[in-house]
Amino acid sequence: MTQEDVVLPAPREAEGRSEAEAGEREPLLVVEGLTKHFPVKGGFPIRRTVGQVQAVDGIDLTVAVGESFGLVGESGCGKSTTGRLITRLLEPTGGKVSYRGQDISHASRRELAPIRSEIQMIFQDPYSSLNPRQTVGKIISGPMEINGIEPEGGREKRVRELLEIVGLNPEHFNRFPHEFSGGQRQRIGVARALALEPKLIVADEPVSALDVSIQAQVVNLLQQVQRELDIAFLFIAHDLAVVRHFSQRVAVMYLGKIIEVGDRTSIYTRPRHPYTHALLSAVPEVAVGEDSAPQRERIRLAGDVPSPISPPSGCRFRTRCWKAAEKCAAEEPPLVRISGNHEGHLTACHFPEEPTTEARDEDIVLDPALAALEDGGEG
Amino acid sequence: MTSSTDIEGGGTPVLVDGDTEPTAETGTRVPVGRSPGQLMWLRFKRDRAGVISAYVVILFFLVGLLAPLISQLYGKNPYTVYADERPELFDSAGVPVQPNGGISGEFWFGLEPGNGYDVFTKLLYGIRNSLGISLAVTLATVLTGIVLGVAAGYLGGRTDFLISRVIDFLLAIPAQLFFIASMPVVVSLFVSPRDETPVYVRVVALIAVQWFLGWMSLGRILRGTSLALREREFIEAAKVSGAPPGRIIRKEILPNVVTPILVQATYMLPNFVTAEAGLSFLGVGLVEPTPDWGQMFSKAATELVMQNDITYMFFPGVSMIIFIVAFNLLGDSVRDAFDPKTAR
Repeated sequence: MTQEDVVLPAPREAEGRSEAEAGEREPLLVVEGLTKHFPVKGGFPIRRTVGQVQAVDGIDLTVAVGESFGLVGESGCGKSTTGRLITRLLEPTGGKVSYRGQDISHASRRELAPIRSEIQMIFQDPYSSLNPRQTVGKIISGPMEINGIEPEGGREKRVRELLEIVGLNPEHFNRFPHEFSGGQRQRIGVARALALEPKLIVADEPVSALDVSIQAQVVNLLQQVQRELDIAFLFIAHDLAVVRHFSQRVAVMYLGKIIEVGDRTSIYTRPRHPYTHALLSAVPEVAVGEDSAPQRERIRLAGDVPSPISPPSGCRFRTRCWKAAEKCAAEEPPLVRISGNHEGHLTACHFPEEPTTEARDEDIVLDPALAALEDGGEG
Repeated sequence: MTSSTDIEGGGTPVLVDGDTEPTAETGTRVPVGRSPGQLMWLRFKRDRAGVISAYVVILFFLVGLLAPLISQLYGKNPYTVYADERPELFDSAGVPVQPNGGISGEFWFGLEPGNGYDVFTKLLYGIRNSLGISLAVTLATVLTGIVLGVAAGYLGGRTDFLISRVIDFLLAIPAQLFFIASMPVVVSLFVSPRDETPVYVRVVALIAVQWFLGWMSLGRILRGTSLALREREFIEAAKVSGAPPGRIIRKEILPNVVTPILVQATYMLPNFVTAEAGLSFLGVGLVEPTPDWGQMFSKAATELVMQNDITYMFFPGVSMIIFIVAFNLLGDSVRDAFDPKTAR
């Protein structure tokens, strides 16, 4: 990774602002070259490390104060690992995580103690993220107890306030998690994360386990919380629509690397990386009327994400890319601003696509089965 | 048994029927939720077999606890040698003169041949000693199982490997044979074989030997449960809040392994009772004159052969069968109450 990769915090929703303005909000979280390799053990009789799962392989990102940063990608591309590295649930193999300028990448539990209350996490599975043996009150006041926080009027009063903030009946603090639905449980999880008045919340697929109707409620709750309490979010999701709704800046991950990052409008309307194009075209579309919107491009990828134990050389997407050339195998494309990109929009590709999502002359269908099906259908 | 490794929680029924939310009488009542433990208790109370066996088991423990009081009211103690005190009750061979082992209004369960101990008080004290020893073994094994099992499961890595191999090794030892062979050895560690062995040494040896080979099954189950719990997100949530490992184990893990502990303990205790009785039967546990359940069987077995008289087998046999059956039924009910989804 080179110095060019440092990502500047982008302005909210605005395009083409000057560099001075772009840096107006101070960075809260800076991640540089973050790497996590999980050893693969094997062999008999002496077990030894026979390989490395390169879950996260050198990613850089910056989250500014009060900003919502989205991280999207397929399953298994290292999004959740990134979240867990930032909250230090996992020990990074390499790279640096700094919070307000303080390096926390290898800080011990004691060293982290003052920061713990500022970085909180919302988990994916509301059924496993709440201890079934504790009342809601205990669950929410637990973090305050651990950090020795005694709010005005007592912890119970604060718990009631928090329950009210997340839209639950404050009288329910004596209840147990099994008495709530999935969406309500996720609200309890949000209340727990808010209990310490954090500055940064890492939300690891907070709505993907919920019903679609409940998803919207929870996303709106998070958005309201983010705006009113000015909390920065690292929002990890595989649902592009949710991220588009929630995040001002978005990074696309593929196989442990960020392949494209930029503000929301750039990523969703002017994507450059072929993988981003493929991802966006995979979002199902409900056609309302004949000519309500221009036809979108169609790209159907073949196969699965390659194994992170032995990722492809050079560009990691080249095995599934329709533009792959020799250069892609030999040389890893740096994450840089390509000509035609807006400020802060970085792409890691040797042969970037046109910055549009409109329909192409010919659909790209790489999946042989799908291609055969479509040919048969037409003929 | 496999179900006992499950972690409870998740989709337990929210309300137990017949006990719906009481309508607001005072108007502003704070709703109080039911903990998984309370739900378990509600389910258990509806299980008639479980409740009856619980009463039976409690009765046995009360009998054991109150044995001195009952004997006092009854007016005898298990150490009185009636062959010397009341020789007129025995014939020349030392067998009670009256039929059925000398059962009478004075000696409710009869008299033992030989020394002529009173069977009723002997049974009371036998139950007391056997249950006391088994309870101590259960406590020791549960504690060891919790410490080693949770440590292995939560810490993982080398600790887990080491503890798991120790468990494998101990499980490979044939338990019955080991008990019989090691009891005299353990006893001789404390007293020289020429001296008389004090009772407490035998008791300590019985507890130690059974504890040594008794904790592994629970340890294994708790290892598995903690291993599964460790991956749950509420543990990560506690870590993100900065909880120290001690707090995570105390507040997050231990309350969630209460179920397997209780279920296993109710299965283990009757096993320890029978194992202890077996050792005393074989003569390596408690010996005369200390009263013991199992040792009464050995006496009765001799009489059964010598006199063709089943009386002496009757009282310890029936009481032990009732106890073991009741305790096992209780164990099943406890498991069902904790884990209503698994069909038996």
